[in-house]
Amino acid sequence: MEKIGAVLIIGGGIAGIQSALDLAESGFKVHLVEKTTGIGGVMAQLDKTFPTNDCSMCILSPKLVEAGRHPNIELTINAKILKVDGEAGNFNVNILKKALFINSEKCTGCGVCAQECPVESIDLYNEKMVINKATYVKYPQSVPLVFSIDRDKCIGCGICESVCKAHAVEYFQKDEKANLNVGAVILAPGFDEFDPTPLQVYGYGKYPNVVSSIEFERILCASGPYSGMVLRPSDGDIPEKIAFLQCVGSRDIHHAKQYCSSVCCMYTTKEAVIAKEHQHQVNPTIFTMDIRAYGKDFDKYIIRAQEEYGIKYVRSRIASIDEDPKTHNLILTYESEDGKIITEDYNLVVLSVGLNPPNDAIDLSNKFGFELNKFGFCKTLPFSLEETTKSGIYVCGAFAEPKDIPDSVIQASAVSANVNSLLFPVRNTLITEKEYPEEIDVSGDPPRIGVFICHCGINIAGVVDVKKVEEYAAKLPNVVYVDRNLYTCSADTQTQLKEKIIEQKLNRVVIASCTPRTHEPLFQNTLREAGLNPYLFQMTNIRDQCSWVHIQDPEAATDKAIDLVHMAITRVRNHKSLKELSLNITPQALIIGGGVAGLTAALNLSQQGFKTYLIEKEPELGGFSKNIHTTLEGENIQSYLKSLISSVEKEKNIQIFTNSELENISGYLGNFKSNILNTKSKEETEIEHGIIIVATGAKEYSPEEFYYKKDERVLTQIELENILETSEEIKKKKAVIMIQCVGSRNDKHPYCSRVCCSEAIKNAIKIKKQSSSTEVIILYRDIRTYGFKEEYYREARKKGVIFIRFDENTPIEVIKENESLNIVFKKPDGNLLKAAADLIILSTGMEAPRNIDSISQMLKVPLNADRFFLEAHVKLRPVDFATEGIFLCGTARGPANIEESVSQAKAASARAVTILSKEIMTAGAVTSFVDENACTGCNICIRVCPYNAIEKDEMGVANVIEALCKGCGVCAASCPEKAILVRNFTKDQILSEIYALGGNLDGF
Amino acid sequence: MNELITEPKSESDNEFEPKILGFLCNWCSYAGADLAGVSRNQYPPNIRVIRLMCSGRVDPVFVMDALIKGVDGILILGCHLGDCHYGEGNYEAQVNYEMLNNLLKYVKMDNRVDLGWVSAAEGTYFAKIVTDFTNKIRSLGPSPLSSKSNPSKELLLNMKAIKQVVYDPRTRKLVGRERFITLHGNVYDEKIDEDEFALLLRDSLEAEYIRNQIYFYLKESPSSVKDMSEKIGIDTKTIFEHFLVLRQRTLIDLSEIKGYSPVYKVIK
Repeated sequence: MEKIGAVLIIGGGIAGIQSALDLAESGFKVHLVEKTTGIGGVMAQLDKTFPTNDCSMCILSPKLVEAGRHPNIELTINAKILKVDGEAGNFNVNILKKALFINSEKCTGCGVCAQECPVESIDLYNEKMVINKATYVKYPQSVPLVFSIDRDKCIGCGICESVCKAHAVEYFQKDEKANLNVGAVILAPGFDEFDPTPLQVYGYGKYPNVVSSIEFERILCASGPYSGMVLRPSDGDIPEKIAFLQCVGSRDIHHAKQYCSSVCCMYTTKEAVIAKEHQHQVNPTIFTMDIRAYGKDFDKYIIRAQEEYGIKYVRSRIASIDEDPKTHNLILTYESEDGKIITEDYNLVVLSVGLNPPNDAIDLSNKFGFELNKFGFCKTLPFSLEETTKSGIYVCGAFAEPKDIPDSVIQASAVSANVNSLLFPVRNTLITEKEYPEEIDVSGDPPRIGVFICHCGINIAGVVDVKKVEEYAAKLPNVVYVDRNLYTCSADTQTQLKEKIIEQKLNRVVIASCTPRTHEPLFQNTLREAGLNPYLFQMTNIRDQCSWVHIQDPEAATDKAIDLVHMAITRVRNHKSLKELSLNITPQALIIGGGVAGLTAALNLSQQGFKTYLIEKEPELGGFSKNIHTTLEGENIQSYLKSLISSVEKEKNIQIFTNSELENISGYLGNFKSNILNTKSKEETEIEHGIIIVATGAKEYSPEEFYYKKDERVLTQIELENILETSEEIKKKKAVIMIQCVGSRNDKHPYCSRVCCSEAIKNAIKIKKQSSSTEVIILYRDIRTYGFKEEYYREARKKGVIFIRFDENTPIEVIKENESLNIVFKKPDGNLLKAAADLIILSTGMEAPRNIDSISQMLKVPLNADRFFLEAHVKLRPVDFATEGIFLCGTARGPANIEESVSQAKAASARAVTILSKEIMTAGAVTSFVDENACTGCNICIRVCPYNAIEKDEMGVANVIEALCKGCGVCAASCPEKAILVRNFTKDQILSEIYALGGNLDGF
Repeated sequence: MNELITEPKSESDNEFEPKILGFLCNWCSYAGADLAGVSRNQYPPNIRVIRLMCSGRVDPVFVMDALIKGVDGILILGCHLGDCHYGEGNYEAQVNYEMLNNLLKYVKMDNRVDLGWVSAAEGTYFAKIVTDFTNKIRSLGPSPLSSKSNPSKELLLNMKAIKQVVYDPRTRKLVGRERFITLHGNVYDEKIDEDEFALLLRDSLEAEYIRNQIYFYLKESPSSVKDMSEKIGIDTKTIFEHFLVLRQRTLIDLSEIKGYSPVYKVIK
């Protein structure tokens, strides 16, 4: 069957968006189908994100805009899947586009319809806590910014149609069917929040001051129902005492929600911290069984929450909640860790609800023919968490397993790698390259400026006297044409704009309308279509930052609009044509590290035809995984690893360098040159490559405590597994005691090593299977079996493994008495216990390998405080480095298990392919450049550049690598000699805006 | 308004003589009143008539203004349904009246405003209607808003709130399209059941009434949700939700936090 170079992605949350962007940038046509009326998913509802407390909308919205504007991405909202035919490589998918009742082509998103709508309805985005209108947009930053009518609420009064100046309202719009022909399908429908209403014990829905965590998220948000103040619903008071109850709809066998939802411990801590930040009066307490802070930098966040914000954690599950009907306070009853029954009053209770499979999971599974697992999530294949049981249909994000944003983004890129390897032969077959007319040379011509002032329906013209602005602009020097438009962004105005540029011979254009953040690319495109360089353009924002915010004072708003337009006109006079940089890409990859991550990335890239160089410092490939026999789920790691290595060795596009190290490296994105040194033979090889993937791995912590290596009865988990797999020794042992967090979560290694809980449970179950009479005790601080791993925690307890929590502030002691080994530890209730063991097993953590600093220095990529590599952005660029063209995966990034490392490796590969798949890459024209004569070579710019984009040439003069420069301008502002300028943000251009304000500006 | 209505002369020390305002349409009820005169049909002298071209011109704001100024009763008279000179103006009058009546129930003023139909041929009937209405108002006693009654601040504030509700574009949009939607069919060519619409309208009126009460109370002095709840006699949760809407509409804002309770004020 013929393969199709297009991909269908179901679900427009952060995972779906990331896959769409990766694949669209790799030469595939992407259909992104979203069931609600806007993309963004749950992330768009969040106030902040852990562990950096980044504003969720601030980091998400550029991605939304990018997905909305990408020429290879077609967004379909309010849609559902009807029918699917075909097989991997060629699917036919029928979708139903449900009517919006507003024409999305005509709607400009101005919002007058919603303002005028007399019907109040509930606001789902704000979790029903405030009102919305029957004519509405999901949320203000929604993409696409198209309004729609809620037919259940609409009374059909006709007012929106009357007030819509764009004539976009279509009451008789019908549902439409469409057929998509695609080569692969990616499922990214996300999750639904667990609905706690049926659980009577919590009183959700009955007591007003019991809210869900997603409702609380909206409460915290500045754009939320309470404008970001922490208040409680019953009376709007600040709740002094807030109780967060963990595991509502998670880890709960009574309600068939046996799995751990993976994210709640962290998001709750974040909500508690932000609540305290927003309202110092609140005192949050978190009731939890374990604190599952297993991700990168998570434990530090928990410690900060406790020490800096005074967040209290109580290890308990609530027995009951009652309400004091007079005060609406909630009376919580629970058993404390030392066994006492405690009754306490709280002002607000937040239920940390778990993640459920999305409500359309079964429907999707039936239509696409993939299987669900027993929890109703998508079933995935061993060692390939992105593959479903049906070939050609892939999954990413929370639908595969509950997970947080970075893990979803990693999986979204990883899934792109699967699609890449399926569809690479038909890459670039369905995308359209836009053709533009040849650019007119305007250099040397006097400026002929055209000014276009937007009414935005009544959004601008209703406040600003646009006619006055027009008259003012017309009088300014070089302005040869001024026009006003009802909607400057509408398709017909674009045609007009093009005509006017040609007819009036305009060589500079100013548009006074809305925000350049969303609309500048549109207008720049129109300039190009008219044969003008897109940088002969300036936009000024007289809506979002003028008419909308000065409604009460039209006169002042008009004055301000005049100033803004004046500034833009003055500036555009100094604009010059700029050329976007074209960069040749060497379609070859360098991968450092031959463990599972490096092998996976190498195989994925080489299968697509990219020459790949794989360096391994050891004599053999395989990395640390060589030491592990099975996964927690029972999959055979050794046979997987063997087949992976043999595939890599057979692949003709891969050149393997064992016993080798990177000797030195030069160049940049697309054009690197490296020397590889064989440490044995001292042979050097020079290679050229376009990208680098860092997969240098981690090593096991080697304990110095607990008589390790001094008494043969003290072993690590790795050593134990080896005994279990190769002998029946264990049957002779009466008692095995495992100690968790050896070399983790302490002063020297303040992070969680993520895999040790699973390793301990895996081996504990193995012991019980071989020798059920052997007593197994696991001494732990928190059991961190996130996601579906929770099942094995339960299985271990069922098999009789004893879990005992120890007091983290009292070190465990191993005491040798006569010939017996005894462990002395303190329980959290203060009791000291002593137990004898035949075997003591240390659950050792991971740490960075010793040579990591030299790699970090050679590649100029940073390490974090724990000496793992630091990614470009913790949430949204988890496998990228800030330096373009260098990527990161596996345990070099931080502790991860094998399957997670495989996902990261595929993700890094897919990110790399967004570069390697292009012969020529264009980079932005807004870059900085150095005046060689003025530069003294002081190095300041090199130090301040966040992208390593400045180097010194042989003359000792700073030189900007334009391919890496992002145009932020920090170098220009810090240069003592003013020798650096930034294109399109030159000193002259910025000063001309200031001078346009008039007055006495002599000081400048 | 006070200057427009002179004290009725027949009032003695012990009998209350109400001030009554009549809104009459030019074509039927005003003509009917003329006929009563031609026919010498006698009726009490308490009524002062304002002639309008159609009963549909009676803006509920006029009625509210009159009531606030202390008029004891208001009688709106139009053509019989089906006989309107302009086709359906009296139906519009009816819709407006019902809306206002709903609101006036909150302040127990609903029985002081009546709507009736009088044709140009019904002089006697006009006299009877006016007589009956005057007697009814007389038995009700002076309006609690008249200068005699020393009106309470609370009632004045509530009346102002109602006036704002009937002035509010949202109310006027809903009422303005009521008949169109329930009788002729909406933009989707569907008729919405009258009762269903009435329910929706009543909910909206109640919400807007409470919001305006809150607004005017806050205009007097900043207040917390709890204090407002006590003043208005509605539970804190509902009051808080209305505070949120007013805040969304940028009419009110946080003033300060007293203890654990935020205090809100109006934005100028």
